[in-house]
Amino acid sequence: MKRIYMALIALLTFTAVAKAEVEIQEVTSPGGITAWLVEEHSIPFTSLEIRFKGGTNLDADGKRGAVNLMSGLLEEGAADMDARQYAAAVEGLAASFGFSARSDALAISAQFLSENRGAAMELLRAALVEPRFDQTAIDRVRAQVISGIQGDLKDPDDIAGRRFSELAYAGHPYATSRSGTLDSVAELTREDLIAAKAATIARDRLFVAAVGDITPDELGALLDGLLGDLPAVGANMPKRADYQLTGGVTVIPFDTPQSVVIFGHEGIERHDDDFFVAYLMNTILGGSGRQSRLMEEVREKRGLTYGVYSYLQPMDYAELYMGSVASANDRVAEAIDVIRAEWIKMAEDGVTAEELDGAKTYLTGAYPLRFDGNGPIANIMVGMQITGLPVDYIATRNDKINAVTLGDITRVAKRFVRPDDLRFVVVGQPEGLKPAN
Amino acid sequence: MRILSLVILALTLMTRPILAQDISNYTLENGLEVLVIEDHRAPVVVQMVWYRAGAADEARGVSGVAHFLEHLLFKATDDLESGEFSDTVAANGGSDNAFTSKDYTGYYQRIAADRLELVMTMEADRMRDLRLSVDDIATERDVILEERNMRTENDPSALFSEQRNAAQYMNHPYGIPIIGWKHEMEKLSLEDALAFYRRYYAPNNAILVVAGDVLPADVLALAKKHYGPLAPTVDLPKRSRTLEPPHLAERRLAYADPRVSQPYVIRTYLAPERNSGAQKQAAVLTMLSELLGGNGQTSVLGRKLQFEQQKAIYTSAFYSGMSLDQTTFGLVMVPSEGVDLAEGEALLDTAVAEFIEEGVDAEQFARIKMQLRASLIYERDDVQALANMYGAALTSGLTVKDVQDWPEILKDVTADEVIEAAAMLLDKKQAVTGWLTKPDAVAEVSQ
Repeated sequence: MKRIYMALIALLTFTAVAKAEVEIQEVTSPGGITAWLVEEHSIPFTSLEIRFKGGTNLDADGKRGAVNLMSGLLEEGAADMDARQYAAAVEGLAASFGFSARSDALAISAQFLSENRGAAMELLRAALVEPRFDQTAIDRVRAQVISGIQGDLKDPDDIAGRRFSELAYAGHPYATSRSGTLDSVAELTREDLIAAKAATIARDRLFVAAVGDITPDELGALLDGLLGDLPAVGANMPKRADYQLTGGVTVIPFDTPQSVVIFGHEGIERHDDDFFVAYLMNTILGGSGRQSRLMEEVREKRGLTYGVYSYLQPMDYAELYMGSVASANDRVAEAIDVIRAEWIKMAEDGVTAEELDGAKTYLTGAYPLRFDGNGPIANIMVGMQITGLPVDYIATRNDKINAVTLGDITRVAKRFVRPDDLRFVVVGQPEGLKPAN
Repeated sequence: MRILSLVILALTLMTRPILAQDISNYTLENGLEVLVIEDHRAPVVVQMVWYRAGAADEARGVSGVAHFLEHLLFKATDDLESGEFSDTVAANGGSDNAFTSKDYTGYYQRIAADRLELVMTMEADRMRDLRLSVDDIATERDVILEERNMRTENDPSALFSEQRNAAQYMNHPYGIPIIGWKHEMEKLSLEDALAFYRRYYAPNNAILVVAGDVLPADVLALAKKHYGPLAPTVDLPKRSRTLEPPHLAERRLAYADPRVSQPYVIRTYLAPERNSGAQKQAAVLTMLSELLGGNGQTSVLGRKLQFEQQKAIYTSAFYSGMSLDQTTFGLVMVPSEGVDLAEGEALLDTAVAEFIEEGVDAEQFARIKMQLRASLIYERDDVQALANMYGAALTSGLTVKDVQDWPEILKDVTADEVIEAAAMLLDKKQAVTGWLTKPDAVAEVSQ
């Protein structure tokens, strides 16, 4: 059965002349797999986005990095094709498949021409259902992953992010790198990869969105052929992660001219009633895309950095309110002081009516501009599904933004902006900055 | 904005026939080129203004000034306060940014299609009417120094690239980093920025690209209204950079940095670029780079070094013909654990020599041509990328026709032409070979 939703996005507040029209159809295949579809027949190709909820959180104990390595091997040989034969077949169809292991989900992105859709989907099916995990391929991809981990160990951004996570979520998968450690990856076996696939790639955690030159019936048949043979059930989902970090400054000495800083504290759940309020507030404080208070104070007025940002980071099992800045070793202490002062100012005074109006106009106007191309629209739709948002969300989202009041911001800023809880993790050789707990 | 009414610029225009579906181009009397790319799927428009002035057009001693000026263009004009440009775009739900390359500087806004006139008014205003203060200079210079810290000083691979590039171009300004040498950036002045601005930021040195849900006639009318009155730079110099002398000696360099985790060898060769009406050689080199190292699993270097010999964890060949002057063709080899850079480089050389000996694999060649055909379908989904492609081409000495001819020229490249061109990879006099290592790499290798 197909249900058709019409989502009209009113573009801009006062004139509302332009509207982006995205007609989302909810398709259920004969075999019972559901997907969201936007038909767009003007260009003869389709973008397909597939998510398996769980991701690298489902690494078994002692097998950190298994899901990541497994996802890197899906296109390295499948069915009767070895890695090179498989890659040549994909290349010959001019299709492209991307596999990425994220903390909360395994993401698969595909783009393929209408003229050889069937053959392209055969290949993607082989990767998902019949990957070979040949030992030579495992060893080759493992060497690439290990080289990447070694690079992360000397990258100031990665060092900072990893330390923050370790301190925040000890004992939970969020505490450690998705790629695993040099030791854990070195010890992964073929059996571990087969187990990682069984844990993550199953129909009980599947979300699909398609945009392009394909009809609902064609998509239904495609879904059954592509995903129908997957196992019904995967591993149990992880528990919530308890936030364990307190306010303070952590310094990790690293010989480099510019200190890199990650900062933050606990955030707000995606489904909290105040999420949109917090989202608007952060847009004003440190959001990207428009001139935020942090950019104004740290960059424009003082020239202390090229970029400073803050962002809400709601995850499936925890939530953070994070930010980042990078500043020369002899100036980073001042940058941190300014950020802290802005955090205090927001917590105590909230925002002005002018700031709130500006942020609303920006966010409501920018939203329809995201729907620009098959791939981006498919990404938005699969993201909505995995987040648990209804199909009419697109039509109501700007109303939720517009409904936020100054009072809401004041209340939420007091609740979620906590200067005393801010932890700064600094990688570099910062001058005049002492570690503090 | 001051209207330059004293300069009599009748709004007549030279209309050229539409060269391909959905693309229209015109030239205003003051020299501004206007290109319109239609895409009516969403009510969105991208406005871009591209100046034929990039880092390679800077005077000696003020490296980084093109990029510095790009930052300063977001400061005050006679009509706008500092920061007001971007604030206005954001307040209308749009986004804006800018970029500087060796041959061009570009500014763009992405916004609801009915707001095109608003961003056009502001973009036309800052083409001629910037009002910079000494305070702007001091603060923004700190910002670009922090940008250099972030992009280059904190990244050994970027520092290495800068050193290699300086060795590649012995006399041409492409050897100077776009962001600038740090010691010169620290001294950039208001006068340096304004000199570059006054000379190069003018309608007769710019290309307006408007892409999205617009009609060419409407765009043209708006362009005439807002850009038409702007005065051209009358003594605009012809773009000609100092040229390379003959390269007689192979150049080799090694950069060691404790922040390096993965050593690699990379070699670049001086190579011809795409030229208007003469893109054949560049097309052949494009196909050569695809065959040699375009895809890690199916390319020649990937097959030989990563799969058959298992001596590399990554290989690549790269080439971009989009350049006003001579560009480079590059090869990369990231050796596997236990393979040192000397061995890695020797294996790379052997693989290239074998390729020339063995010739082009017909099936691989056919697959790459299929990719080429498909890319013309996929690219229609991203109108901003198309706008970028045309903007870069028109500021790199090419025409709309050259861009439209390019796929066919690529398609006609033969296997014999590729092998013939590959012979240049055997002449290391044109090349710079670089090793990026950890400081103790030599000791590690000998253990």
